[in-house]
Amino acid sequence: MIVAGVGSAVIEPGFFSSAPVQVALVVGAIAAVVSGVVGIFTVVRGQSFAGHSLADIGTAGGSAAFLVGVNPLYGFVAMNLVAGGVMELIGIRRPRGRDVATGIVLGAALGFAALFLYFDTTSTSTTGATINVLFGSIFTLPSSIVPVIVVLSVLAIGMTCFLYRPLLLSSLSPDLAAARGVSLRFVGIGFLVSLALAVSLSAVTIGAILSTALLIGPAATALRFTKRTGSAIVAAAAIGVGATWLGILLSYDSYYWTPSHRGWPVSFFVVAVVFVVYLAADLFTGHRVTARRPTMRGAR
Amino acid sequence: MTDAAEGSSTEILSVANLSVSLAGREILRDVSFTCDAGEFIGLIGSNGAGKTTLLRVILGLTAPTSGSVRVAGRERSSRKPLIGYVPQKIGLDPDMPIRARDLVGLGIDGHRFGIPRPTAKRNALIDEMLAAVDATRFADARVGNLSGGEQQRIMIAHALISRPRLLLLDEPLANLDIRSEQEVVSLVARIAAEQNVAVLFAAHGMNPLLPVMDRVAYIARGRVAIGTTAEVVTTESLSRLYGRHVDVVTVHNRILVVAGREDEGLHHVEPVPRAEPT
Amino acid sequence: MFSPFMINAWEASTIVAVVAGVVGFFTVLRGSSFAAHALPNGAFAGAAGASLVGASTILGLGVFSLLGAIGIASLGRRARHDVATALAIVLMLGLGSLFLSMTTQYAPEIFSLLFGEVLGVASNELAPTAAIGLVCVAAIAVLYRPLLLSSAAPDLAEARGIKGERIELAFLLVIALVTTMAVPVVGTLLIFSLLVGPAAAARCFTNKPLTAMGLSVVFALVTVWSAIALSYTSNLPIGFFVGAIGAVGYATGRSWTARRRLA
Repeated sequence: MIVAGVGSAVIEPGFFSSAPVQVALVVGAIAAVVSGVVGIFTVVRGQSFAGHSLADIGTAGGSAAFLVGVNPLYGFVAMNLVAGGVMELIGIRRPRGRDVATGIVLGAALGFAALFLYFDTTSTSTTGATINVLFGSIFTLPSSIVPVIVVLSVLAIGMTCFLYRPLLLSSLSPDLAAARGVSLRFVGIGFLVSLALAVSLSAVTIGAILSTALLIGPAATALRFTKRTGSAIVAAAAIGVGATWLGILLSYDSYYWTPSHRGWPVSFFVVAVVFVVYLAADLFTGHRVTARRPTMRGAR
Repeated sequence: MTDAAEGSSTEILSVANLSVSLAGREILRDVSFTCDAGEFIGLIGSNGAGKTTLLRVILGLTAPTSGSVRVAGRERSSRKPLIGYVPQKIGLDPDMPIRARDLVGLGIDGHRFGIPRPTAKRNALIDEMLAAVDATRFADARVGNLSGGEQQRIMIAHALISRPRLLLLDEPLANLDIRSEQEVVSLVARIAAEQNVAVLFAAHGMNPLLPVMDRVAYIARGRVAIGTTAEVVTTESLSRLYGRHVDVVTVHNRILVVAGREDEGLHHVEPVPRAEPT
Repeated sequence: MFSPFMINAWEASTIVAVVAGVVGFFTVLRGSSFAAHALPNGAFAGAAGASLVGASTILGLGVFSLLGAIGIASLGRRARHDVATALAIVLMLGLGSLFLSMTTQYAPEIFSLLFGEVLGVASNELAPTAAIGLVCVAAIAVLYRPLLLSSAAPDLAEARGIKGERIELAFLLVIALVTTMAVPVVGTLLIFSLLVGPAAAARCFTNKPLTAMGLSVVFALVTVWSAIALSYTSNLPIGFFVGAIGAVGYATGRSWTARRRLA
């Protein structure tokens, strides 16, 4: 009774019966799970900047897809796979040089994004391209995209599971992994594929330039609490799903907050929730300089 | 070998009862010594003994727990223009558009605001210093493209161009082959003698410095024993410093410091010098 | 192209290019990619907020980017690696999108803030832009020597009494000011291109620091002027040309270096 009372106060009418909301909840959850799983490895491997760059670079792909009338998801995936592959193949050079090179590529990609988005707004009749690509389109997804998203997420998680042990080992200690016969290049590319997919999925939900939050936020939060990789992955996925659902709920509710019925963007709420949760975890577990690094049984 | 200045021995550095603790660990304990103008002192000790810490305290970069350091009679902050410093490891990015002579030039006025005016006088000073360290042939090359030894010479030039009274070098001989070692030592000693600069030269082993050292400061277990090699590098003196029995052996003008253990035989404390090419 | 209508665009972009060239030299030298990327993103929220309340864009940009600079400086080296910083930056972007969603000009405003709108620079904004630009260049000129030494060899600078944290804070404040005056012209996402591209290309062609800075300004001017001209004739957004020309310039510079090494 009390739960129902609170529930109806928090959840505005029509929430669960609304079709866009249902699609949003499903897609958002899937994207959050994939981001959480891949995010743990991203944080451990110290590739947060790569994830962030991929997301921004993907903007060009997403806006190009919009132009040819295809769902931006396909554009994100294509662009991110290519960019990720190139980044891995270029390899590791001097850190400062790599930052400059990545930045230049980023600049070029964003330049193309500007170009495509401009075409989008002038040549197509819809004006929502910029917001769609950059800040997500979770409420306007066609339900036909759901199977595609499911397939991609299975691919991403499947790849991560397949590579689980060598991936973890090479993330924690590349030398040890190489000594045990793990092909670092193969693992690196495999991981970049999962990362590209994860970033694409969360780009569709909360937008390309905000997707980093879903990738590293829940993962970093989970790593504050547990050292065991398995638990961290589960925790990150759970936190991600929780944040996404809460964001969707708040965004839906916000339509009723003001008389103008404008509603606040989902992406904002999700990012805000992720941020608050992380801060709370940070304060709760005491100020540490680095998050815990996960362990692997028998790794030593 | 430089003779210490007779008569007017102006004291450049005075360290009194210096104790330094870092992260709860006591690094230096009640260290006292002085250094005169133009003196060449070798600061000898193994890894972690506290050489870098001592140099940083003299520079004013690390605060001591107690005790005092005076350079040319003054304490702390006004010290810096008087001291030249060659740090232990310096990674210079080869992508930087900075020439060797630019880095040396910054030794003159790098701490002053504004853009350096390329006057004839400034350029002459830089050229002169570059010639002194034998770096003229790569003066216009990118400083990040130079070899380790070449970069080190540039840093020595950078440190000395402002005519400091005291020069601190933190393990410049690490990672150098024997010939480069000798070159660096004689280079530093020569310029120091010309400019009457006191030198505090930190190193693992004292053998490369034997030809030019006035005194040696041996640092172990947070304490410093300072004096001439004859005074300090003896079995009794070093045994007292290390707190256990230590033998000092001289072979072919090389000094070996060897720690002995009754049960296990002999262990080396001092790094064994590599074999001389015959 | 040179009608009175376009004069503002030429003047504004010239000022921005000169400042970006000068500051960019040190941005690349110090490897400050993180700050050059983070501060404009944070400023985005300020500009969006200003748009919402009807205040001047420059004011919103200025306040948020200066606060951001102080924030990053106080977190020190930790800021680069800290998840909290990364999340805070993304939150600023999200806040910006929130503010703009409340305005009536959601889509076009987002586009122009992110990718620039050189034609949108009003005459009364030229003076503040120039003034801030002058402050930036003057600051770099005054800080030149200690900044150069502490960027090239921090240990040597420390030994001379140049405190790394103070220099870092001063430099971040300059980047914040550059953000403030350049975002209306090239947008928050592409300011990075203008800061890094010309300077990264310039240093491939010379070993002398002042020459490199001068070349950086020249390349920045060429980039921006070409971008405006091309944008005017093709009607395509200026941001596209800035990003593309920046990449081409950088690639040219790197291949020049590679050829010189082989020769």
